[in-house]
Amino acid sequence: MSDITAVPDVSPSHTVPKSPGRRSWSNHPLVQLTLVRFREFLREPEALFWVFVFPVLLAAGLGIAFRNRPADVLKIATVTPELAQALRRTKLLDVQQLPEPAAEEALRTGKVVLVASPGPAGSMVYQYDNTNPEGRTARMLADDAIQRSAGRSDPVASSDRIMREAGSRYIDFLIPGLLGMNLMGSAIWGMGFAIVDARRRKLMKRLIATPMPRRYYLLSFALSRLVLLVIEVAFVLGFGVLIFGVPMRGSLIDLVLLCVLGSLSFCALGLLIASRVSTIEAVSGLMNVTMMPMWILSGVFFSAQRFPDAVQPLIKALPLTAVIDALRLNMLQGGNLAQMAPQMGVLAVWLVVCFTLALKLFRWR
Amino acid sequence: MSAPAALRVCKLRKAYKDVVAVDDLELEVHQGECFGLLGPNGAGKTTTIEICEGITAPDSGEVEVLGLNWKSDADRLRQRLGIQLQETQLSEKLTVLETVRLFRSFFRQGPDAADVIAVVELGEKQRSRVGNLSGGQKQRLAMACALVGDPDFLFLDEPTTGLDPQARRQLWDLVEQFKRAGRTILLTTHYMDEAEQLCDRVAIMDHGKVIALGTPRELIASIGVEHMVEFAAGDTGKRLDISALGRLDGVRNIRAENGSVQMQVTELHHAVPALLTELARQRIPLTELRTHSASLEDVFVALTGRHLRDE
Repeated sequence: MSDITAVPDVSPSHTVPKSPGRRSWSNHPLVQLTLVRFREFLREPEALFWVFVFPVLLAAGLGIAFRNRPADVLKIATVTPELAQALRRTKLLDVQQLPEPAAEEALRTGKVVLVASPGPAGSMVYQYDNTNPEGRTARMLADDAIQRSAGRSDPVASSDRIMREAGSRYIDFLIPGLLGMNLMGSAIWGMGFAIVDARRRKLMKRLIATPMPRRYYLLSFALSRLVLLVIEVAFVLGFGVLIFGVPMRGSLIDLVLLCVLGSLSFCALGLLIASRVSTIEAVSGLMNVTMMPMWILSGVFFSAQRFPDAVQPLIKALPLTAVIDALRLNMLQGGNLAQMAPQMGVLAVWLVVCFTLALKLFRWR
Repeated sequence: MSAPAALRVCKLRKAYKDVVAVDDLELEVHQGECFGLLGPNGAGKTTTIEICEGITAPDSGEVEVLGLNWKSDADRLRQRLGIQLQETQLSEKLTVLETVRLFRSFFRQGPDAADVIAVVELGEKQRSRVGNLSGGQKQRLAMACALVGDPDFLFLDEPTTGLDPQARRQLWDLVEQFKRAGRTILLTTHYMDEAEQLCDRVAIMDHGKVIALGTPRELIASIGVEHMVEFAAGDTGKRLDISALGRLDGVRNIRAENGSVQMQVTELHHAVPALLTELARQRIPLTELRTHSASLEDVFVALTGRHLRDE
């Protein structure tokens, strides 16, 4: 027999070094369960990539692709040197002088958007595609330049004042969208995979065979999510603000409240999705089916207003739409809590309904 | 049998869809004994033990553990039980210490995590990830998780299935140690040697019922033979005359299967020479000859006509 027989720990008659009553906070089951959540998350490199790196890469890529450039100069062609000279007075046109067949060829192949040529008796002929907005703009600019050089004087004087403000760019629209998408993804993936994995490994069954209070198990997910949320939101917003100068006009406290409520709603949705399934494949499918419509409909990358009016109430009722709309309201328009109330209401309903249903359906084994 | 019962099971019944897993089961485990549920896969052992552990609800019947009832005293009961389930995979990304500390946090009292880890001899692996442990080490970790609450009653469901012989020995040592400390154990197994080695009493289960109950010694004695002789005859085209073997001295019962013959024998020193003489007379060469003392396996075969690990 090995020498372990001498170890007294499992002997009842012996003075076992017990630690009853006096328990430090770190030995509280809720703390231990929450620590497990952190450890499992932080030791999964893929999860770290999707939660932190991916949204930043996406924002950087899209921010660069859709950055605002100075107003485009439109390319046009003309056939006589006189017309070319007249047209070059406006800086908004890039004028090429070409022989007539070459000019028409350039128009057909899209190298220029308009061909200006002299018509009968000193008139002008413009050739362009009137379904192309650039062609229509070029027509107006070219005609304006010709008329002015021919001596037209305008009865009303006019001047331009250019407004180019942070908050109206695509990146400003995009960052709240990406943040909302990230809140949804990390909550639903985080809940779904972890719960189904524990069920699949029979770990959940093992846990409920201990005196662990079941509410602590569920609560540990919410707690760890809220802590990670702070890092996640700071990461995406910090990137947007520091690199792209995205404005944050609303109150930061309102923004935090919104993110917390949004994340909890998505956690409840994730819990509901994971409440009964016991394979990773099934839960992946369910999560994608749940999130895919929201990625498209909720206005992450483009305004949800583009969808028909008939489906707008439905879109507005989606949790991701609510989060993103409220985020944009807070960040871009400086809206306060009262203005965000409709969206917060939608999120609260999702939270309560999903959580109640999930508790009813949840399978512990 | 004067010690009070640690576990009392009465008319227990549990059916899944079309299979009756546990069929009017009666069981009593005494304080301080190691009780084994032995049977083939599908006999209803796991269902029975999980009902006793309070994680499966029976269709009908009574279960009383440590004098308490799952319906009214579940919380108190859980504090006093140590449980090891079949095929639990603990989280691979946690370390041994983190895992044991997690389980320790659920119990009001018990030894420190590090002390339990030392008991199961994983001290050196304390900071290793669970995913890097061997099968035996994982099973000992599961054992540590069962011991953290300083339990009065330990439930072990197939604790050594799939382990190599050395890892099984190590686990048996742990169980022996726990037994010596006077605690009660209920374990299931389909290894007869495990039951013979560890259990004070054994219930043999088949099709959801207990078909035999007693100490391993009593059960083996109950089939009335002490030894088993097993042999295989060479293929010479001649048929072995089995009935002639039955007339040999001290032979009780003969079974032939898959080209080998099994005889239950009372007196080995008479039966074996007689067998050899008889085979020589029939001119049948012997390719294999084994004898062993009758085991729980033989009890099961005698009772059901099947082997424990047939399924």
